[in-house]
Amino acid sequence: MSNTETIFEVRDLNVTFQMNRGQSRVVRDADIDVARNETLGIIGESGSGKSMLASSFLNAVVEPGVTTGEVTFYPEDGNPVSVLDLSDSELNRFRWEAVAMVFQGAMSSFNPVTKIRTHFRETLQDHNRDIPAGMDRARDLLESVYLDPERILDSYAHELSGGMKQRALIALSLVLEPDVLVLDEPTAALDLLMQRSIVTLLRELQAEYDLTLVFITHDLPLLTKLADRIAVMYAFNIVEIGTTDDLLYNASHPYTRALLDTTPDLNVPVDEMDIIEGSKPDPVDQIPGCSYHPRCPLADDHCRSEEPAMMTVRNTQESACFYYNQAADAVPISAAPSHSPTTDTATDGGDR
Amino acid sequence: MGASDPMLSMDGVSVEFTNGGGPLDIFGESETVRAVSDVSLDLGEQETLTLIGESGCGKSTLGKTAIGAQKPTSGTVRYRGQDIWKAKRNAGDVSISFDEIRHSLQIIHQDPGSALNPNQRILTSLMLPLKKWYPDLGREEREERIHTLFERVGMSPPGDYLNRYPHQLSGGETQRAVLVRALLLNPDLILADEAISALDVSLRVEMMDLMLELQDIFQTSYLFISHDLSNARYIAEKSGGRIAVMYLGEIVEIGTVEEIVENPQHPYTKALQWATANLYEDDAEAEFPLRKIDVPDPTDLPAGCHFHPRCPKAREVCRQQHPERVHANGDKENYARCFRADENHEYWDSPEITDE
Repeated sequence: MSNTETIFEVRDLNVTFQMNRGQSRVVRDADIDVARNETLGIIGESGSGKSMLASSFLNAVVEPGVTTGEVTFYPEDGNPVSVLDLSDSELNRFRWEAVAMVFQGAMSSFNPVTKIRTHFRETLQDHNRDIPAGMDRARDLLESVYLDPERILDSYAHELSGGMKQRALIALSLVLEPDVLVLDEPTAALDLLMQRSIVTLLRELQAEYDLTLVFITHDLPLLTKLADRIAVMYAFNIVEIGTTDDLLYNASHPYTRALLDTTPDLNVPVDEMDIIEGSKPDPVDQIPGCSYHPRCPLADDHCRSEEPAMMTVRNTQESACFYYNQAADAVPISAAPSHSPTTDTATDGGDR
Repeated sequence: MGASDPMLSMDGVSVEFTNGGGPLDIFGESETVRAVSDVSLDLGEQETLTLIGESGCGKSTLGKTAIGAQKPTSGTVRYRGQDIWKAKRNAGDVSISFDEIRHSLQIIHQDPGSALNPNQRILTSLMLPLKKWYPDLGREEREERIHTLFERVGMSPPGDYLNRYPHQLSGGETQRAVLVRALLLNPDLILADEAISALDVSLRVEMMDLMLELQDIFQTSYLFISHDLSNARYIAEKSGGRIAVMYLGEIVEIGTVEEIVENPQHPYTKALQWATANLYEDDAEAEFPLRKIDVPDPTDLPAGCHFHPRCPKAREVCRQQHPERVHANGDKENYARCFRADENHEYWDSPEITDE
């Protein structure tokens, strides 16, 4: 990444829900920057807050959720946009024209009684775009996702397979030429072969249409094939962030390391496969100290009483762990080679 | 029944489904899908076979056919030498009754919740099959069997779990309860159809370990269906069983873990392997292993090798001829349905496909 111009800046972001038994904080004090034209991955288990974090990029957290903090979008030209302060009509334009979002349930995103063509036309119409030019773009986009444009435009959603629908939806989300595409578990319900195919397509689309991608998933191996940088969420916090290689070869949070170690890998001897012990935390009953301490082999009194802030591991990597430099010894990863085969000398001083 | 008969044997099994074209549907065109096409397989005692493939490849239909829950359109399915569907019709000399066969071949589904009656306590759901198949057992003996098995699968104290309703159990607990129910009948074969797919990744290894442990105790065979090569490999490697790869109704490759995972012959198996992304493998730049992303319409199968429109290695001959089983290195049982597995095939002199 030579160009590190920021396109999204998120500061002190909190998402809360008022519940009968108290306030539930599902995103806690998140700070994160997204660079223009990068692919940022957000990984976490179900219920870790990753979808809420992604939704807040578009101020799309559903009622009665409350989003506070700052989300700033920097367009290529023009003034910065404070996303959380946009009016409803401004937000409506922003969500399609600047940042588009694709959710997991592609099946339900299409109206079952209108043809795919109508979805493209109505989207163009609602945003006052030139229809013939827009439909030409739609055909190009459909071709880029390996679909036969005329056949797809003439189809109803139920006539398409899950993978075709998801790709048609990706094409639709790009028809108004947004700068950023946020994808929340876009491949989760699909076959592995289709998942990997879509990830490969996204890389091609990104290059072709100058996109910034934010990809939310619980599938770490898939994410590493796509993302430039990865943010790891645990218990509603970002606990580690770094380049994909930083995390693969130098993960510095015990949770990230446990996640890497428990990921099924065809190359790991089956006897070395492990599971993460312990259970997931509760968004209401916040425990004191580091939220990972009940499951962490490094936890001591310090971790049980004080919550760790983000610590700088190297210029591209941060970890919310007091003992980040001991994490590697405390949580070994059975699949990991002893050192990176592709140590990137450009990002680091090359001093290894 | 001969002593040498395998526990389960499928010979030239095909299953077709026809849609429309009924007597009242005079204008409609009937469409036939061959969900399973010419599959022959043997399964021995305490053997594990894992079936993998994309959704719609026919793996569930093949599984159901194996346990006698789906009648094949052609071919035979034999349990200990007894033709299952002859037993059903009571044709010829029936040595094993259809009831007994169905009792010996059990299934656990992907969605365990739907396998239990939501209005009954777990205990009631588990007592029923025992009552039906072992009418001589007293109530106490039946309950004792269930309790022992619940202890065995780590649901302890059993009384706690058995008194609950299905919605009061977690996904992993429900799946274990359903596994116990299948095992209570002491079956020879359990068909596990995507049985762990709905579980969290972290619970899958645990559930697979449990199934394999119980296999030793109950001496059961498993037909394990999965769309995930890494799960298939885990089960196959731990059990010493084989993996069969299905594509559009056919087994296109079958072999040991080493053959399928380490050294796949069929380009489709290679594509599945590519799809099972490994963390520490820098294959991000690897060539896309498919020419087309989507599976062809199963009602209108491509001529020649069914995989040729998607296959990056396809040549002219693949458009014309349907590949037979090629047994590499003289192996009798394992094979790939691909000309490339045969060094001397005319494939190697055939021109590459140029169109598209």
